[in-house]
Amino acid sequence: MSSPDRSGELLTIADRVVAMAAPGEQVEAYISRSLSTEVRVYEGEVEHFVSAQSEGIGIRVIRDGRTGTSYAGTLDPSQIAEVLAEARDNLGYGEADEWAGLAVPDGVAVTPQTLWDPHLETTPTARKIQLAKDLERMALAADARVRVDDSNYSDSFGEAAVATTTGIRVAGRENGCYLSVGTLADDGDETQTGFGFTVGRNVDELDVEKAAREAADRATRLLGATKPASRRVTVVLDPYVTAQFLGIIGGTLNGESVVKGRSLFANRLGDDVASPLLTLVDDPTNPLAYTATDIDGEGLAARRNVLIESGRLGMFVQSSYSARRMGATTTGNGVRGGIGGSPSAGCLALQIVPGRRSQAEIIAGIDDGILVQQVQGLHSGVNPVSGDFSTGAAGLSISKGTLGAPVREFTIASTLQKMLLDIAEVGGDLEWLPMRATGVSLVIHDVTMSGA
Amino acid sequence: MIDNDVLERVLSAGLRTGADFAEVFASDWRGTSVGLDDGRIEQMSSGRNRGAGIRVIHGDTTGFAHTADLSEAGLLAAARVAAEAARQGDGGTRVVALTTRPTTPVSPIEIDPSGVPKSAKVELLRRVDDAARTTGAAITQVSAGYADGRTRIVIANSDGLVAHDERVRTLMRVSAVANGDTGMQTGYDSVGHTMGFELFDKVEVEEIARVAARRALTKLKARPAPSGSLPVVIKAGSGGVLFHEACGHGLEADLVAKGASVYRGKVGELVASPLVTLVDDGTMTHEWGAIAIDDEGHPSQYNVLIENGVLTDYMWDYLRSRNEGRRPSGNGRRQSYQDLPMVRMTNTYVLNGQENPDDIIKDTESGVYVAHLGGGSVNTATGDFVFGMTEAYLIENGEITEPLREGNLIGNGPQVLRDIDRLGNDFAMGNPGTCGKDGQGVPVGDGQPTLRVKSLTIGGTAA
Repeated sequence: MSSPDRSGELLTIADRVVAMAAPGEQVEAYISRSLSTEVRVYEGEVEHFVSAQSEGIGIRVIRDGRTGTSYAGTLDPSQIAEVLAEARDNLGYGEADEWAGLAVPDGVAVTPQTLWDPHLETTPTARKIQLAKDLERMALAADARVRVDDSNYSDSFGEAAVATTTGIRVAGRENGCYLSVGTLADDGDETQTGFGFTVGRNVDELDVEKAAREAADRATRLLGATKPASRRVTVVLDPYVTAQFLGIIGGTLNGESVVKGRSLFANRLGDDVASPLLTLVDDPTNPLAYTATDIDGEGLAARRNVLIESGRLGMFVQSSYSARRMGATTTGNGVRGGIGGSPSAGCLALQIVPGRRSQAEIIAGIDDGILVQQVQGLHSGVNPVSGDFSTGAAGLSISKGTLGAPVREFTIASTLQKMLLDIAEVGGDLEWLPMRATGVSLVIHDVTMSGA
Repeated sequence: MIDNDVLERVLSAGLRTGADFAEVFASDWRGTSVGLDDGRIEQMSSGRNRGAGIRVIHGDTTGFAHTADLSEAGLLAAARVAAEAARQGDGGTRVVALTTRPTTPVSPIEIDPSGVPKSAKVELLRRVDDAARTTGAAITQVSAGYADGRTRIVIANSDGLVAHDERVRTLMRVSAVANGDTGMQTGYDSVGHTMGFELFDKVEVEEIARVAARRALTKLKARPAPSGSLPVVIKAGSGGVLFHEACGHGLEADLVAKGASVYRGKVGELVASPLVTLVDDGTMTHEWGAIAIDDEGHPSQYNVLIENGVLTDYMWDYLRSRNEGRRPSGNGRRQSYQDLPMVRMTNTYVLNGQENPDDIIKDTESGVYVAHLGGGSVNTATGDFVFGMTEAYLIENGEITEPLREGNLIGNGPQVLRDIDRLGNDFAMGNPGTCGKDGQGVPVGDGQPTLRVKSLTIGGTAA
């Protein structure tokens, strides 16, 4: 999969499918192939070594507003015809949707990205194993109370192509590597857990030292934590927590939720929905973002979109479908879940425009609060339709401008609507994380803390 | 799917580098799904995914490779990659002779969904949409999904085992949005079983739709959930996830072996209220987590994990049971042929107690009644867990009163198990679930009778 020819090969398969379109049909072929390695080390030995190869094709056929899809986890030519036939058969059961349709090239220029690093392909297996062993050793060395659960190296090489009867014809490839470690820290009867990670396009970009230090620190800093008293407090979200929070906010700002009556922010364009301190952008064209990309899932150019500017809601992210239905223009935010199904609107690389102060400077100004370093249960405790927000949390107490004792087993709760308005400061400590959103310290007033 | 003589040659190739154990897991999945949203059948989708994963174990090291190519050449290539990954070296030739072990079906099906006309599946969704919308004028949006899938599986290993299985699962889920003065609220319900299309002869899809719609409508009148610690009564069939999270994961032998479980070294000890007997049961016919054999070829079992509060055993897969010199418990599962098996739950539930559930509520002065729970998660090393309450009410003076808005409940597993002070006699299984671990999702079931926990922390916003 090293040479560009191979991506050309995927496009050729896609072209062949598109050429089979019958008159009156829109056809889209999405083809992907990937190769990945995963090494897990435990107590200095390789626990497992996984070598994985996947490929697949997804076909979407639209006719008279009806959509049918089909997919298969193979590029075996004998099966591709069957996939197309199934998709065609399936469209007979869909109901006509006047806005249904594939993306059409919109002339927006692609911001080129370097998503492939040839050095990763030639990295010897022994080096990959050594990195995982180094990470385990360094995490253990960081603190005598620390044990390591598992230390992992993984890399992936993926390529994909999309072609449609409407004139989309793109292919791309991307690779990257990832080191992570899970830690446990013991003190008497008590055990706490932590993790650390580092990502790069090649192994020289991996910061093993930082991953080890953070993993040891995350596990040990909660030792001795107590359950805090219930009250209303100011919370400072650590960059890693903010990034998870932004992922939820992003989910409420897509055009598809709006047209289907599931967005908190429907009919709020132009309103002040957040503190004036908040400017939220979705910018996959920024090469520093982990999810930076040149094209979206529908094959259109990815672009920088300002969703909230100084607190005012400026726009929603759109796929070609949601844009057509809202009478808006697409924002290049088609997101594909895999080879099956259709792309839907979603954020690609969220980022808050950072403020000025460091986390330490921010904390120095807080009288009674909590630095929230981890959250648990965002998927179960946040309802992005009603806006109810409740999550388990752990972190450090803040008293009179100073970080104090660790606290855990409490929840923080509010509503998404209120939290956006209650943002009191955005930190200057932008942190690029392996997620769809970038981290930064975020101060939110008047959050209900439930504890003892 | 693959002939025994081919499997034998592939396993021999896997053992080439001197490995102790080689295994082929091949599966062929076909499924159909249809979605309805915004009053319209959006699209029907059908998929197929087949391939084989080859695992080679040498000492403490596992090598694994998978392929979508089920030809002998494709399988041999994957076996060589797995063998190299497990150990560099030459172990000579070992011949494997396979004996087919018959599989006793746990969930026989009556109507294969792949033979049911697609129009019948679409029709179910229209009925769901109608029923949800007519439940209340405030219902403004409905989405629903139907899905079925059939997986054929072949597992062969160098111990001479070869086993086959076929699994059919059918599912319907409904999500409704209600709109009122207080904003939007959502309600959800689902039904899923390891059975064929006869599922819809046994359950009325309209009822699932009405339950989802009523959950959304009820919350329009809901007040913010309390914050702080209160007694919590959990309705039968809605809180199995509590046990799944609070202790189930901590009883998985892989986590125990690494010292990442609070239940390590606790077998024989009282770890829960004496009221609690907890079982993991892969043999529970037609339940969502039911399997005839696990994904390593071992028959599923009825495993008692906690008996009258005393920890009796963990759950085991091949690797962890081999290390301990004991039999596996039928809990080695994987998401697909692309994944390594791990210790996983199947259907995890608490057996019935003695009490009338109404008495439990009546005896609760002030607390929260949870009628439906969403997902949850646990940190197995600390036991700290959370789960979301998606339908809950206040209990005041022994009566269920006002509905509450959504929020998380949190607690510590070992503490909560000890704090169960009342147990009803109205056992019910809950909604079909997908359990995630280490990036893999597998279908699981859970269940319990009505029960009370003396104190749980409720993550609401009210004082």
